[in-house]
Amino acid sequence: MPDAPGLELIAQELNGSFEGAVLGTYYEHEQGALVVNPERVLDVLGWLRDTPGQEYRFLASLHGADYLPGEPRFGVHYELLCMPRVERLRVKAALADPGGDELPEIDSCTELFPTADFHEREVYDFFGISFRGHPDLRRILMPEDYVGWPQRRDFPIGGDPVLFTHNEVELPRWYE
Amino acid sequence: MEVERQKLRDAAAPEQPRSPEELRVRQLRARELLRGELEGRDLEAHVEERVLTTTLEKALNWARSNAMWPATFGLACCAIEMMSMVSSRYDSARYGAEVFRASPRQADMLILSGRVSIKMAPVIRRIYDQMLEPKWVLAMGACSSSGGMFANYAVVQGADKFLPVDIHIPGCPPRPEALLHGVLKLQRMIQGRPDLGWRQRYNAIGTEEWARTPPAGSLTPPTGGEPAAGFPGATGEQES
Repeated sequence: MPDAPGLELIAQELNGSFEGAVLGTYYEHEQGALVVNPERVLDVLGWLRDTPGQEYRFLASLHGADYLPGEPRFGVHYELLCMPRVERLRVKAALADPGGDELPEIDSCTELFPTADFHEREVYDFFGISFRGHPDLRRILMPEDYVGWPQRRDFPIGGDPVLFTHNEVELPRWYE
Repeated sequence: MEVERQKLRDAAAPEQPRSPEELRVRQLRARELLRGELEGRDLEAHVEERVLTTTLEKALNWARSNAMWPATFGLACCAIEMMSMVSSRYDSARYGAEVFRASPRQADMLILSGRVSIKMAPVIRRIYDQMLEPKWVLAMGACSSSGGMFANYAVVQGADKFLPVDIHIPGCPPRPEALLHGVLKLQRMIQGRPDLGWRQRYNAIGTEEWARTPPAGSLTPPTGGEPAAGFPGATGEQES
């Protein structure tokens, strides 16, 4: 894990190479995170992977988040790991909700990290975040014909009221 | 029901011959019966002593209930308890339900041991359809009975939304004893009212595989007709 000054150095170098790529940094609980511009996320990930001295070559995880009612609403998080130094770095991209039936979009990083294939399908499956350039973007865990994005915060939790003796009276003649 | 079973047991276990002479007498009498030479009082005595009458259906159901072959099919953590049901400690072989078949074509009992996700439901339905009649379904545990703790978007809230379930076993998970209790209840159900299969209870007469015209319609029972009768014995009907 880079320490807080190290994180700032990374952010500065990135902003030097890619203008406006890094919007901010977090450093809490000895975990560092870069908040990046979603349009430049591939540049940032590629730089972190290939630059000598960084070498975050392993994408440990990629996940989505829904911050409703926060703005911007969605987030895609990349957990990077540098194997030789055993250092972890988090890259966060925030996506606004385009509204309506449109899906928020972000570039797919399957070219950089092949493992992202299934991770991005899962994020698409549960949050409805579309990944541009993904080779095979379809549902991975839910049935193919499922409608809706179940891990979004405005998605109903589901489930039926269960019949007990105490609420039996509320459902007269339930047995018919 | 209890009384009758007692009677059957008495009839099925006649006294053992007390001496070689008595055995010889019985053998001769049986031979004469087979030759058609036994008449009158002797014939009656022999029939009373040796022959058990019942209906074919009752005999059939007795045989079925004591040889239920479950499908090898585990869904979740309840499957562990289901496996221990066949272990030497609980030994469901005592009730003839120990032969877990690897193919639904050879099984006639489906134990839904765990939560049923909506992606799994069509698979289960297919396995159920592949099983040969007569067939029974046990919903084991809270999840397959009502959704249980999984009140969410991914899990079917009770397997009887897409399957006719015969027995619901409560518990999370039910202990093997509870599962055995469910099996015993199912045996009683099968023996007690031969006619009362799930098709009667769900008003689904005419949906048998052999009676189906174009592919089976909806699972909802036809409206009208007499209401489902519930458990055998609940109506207080007496068996002769």
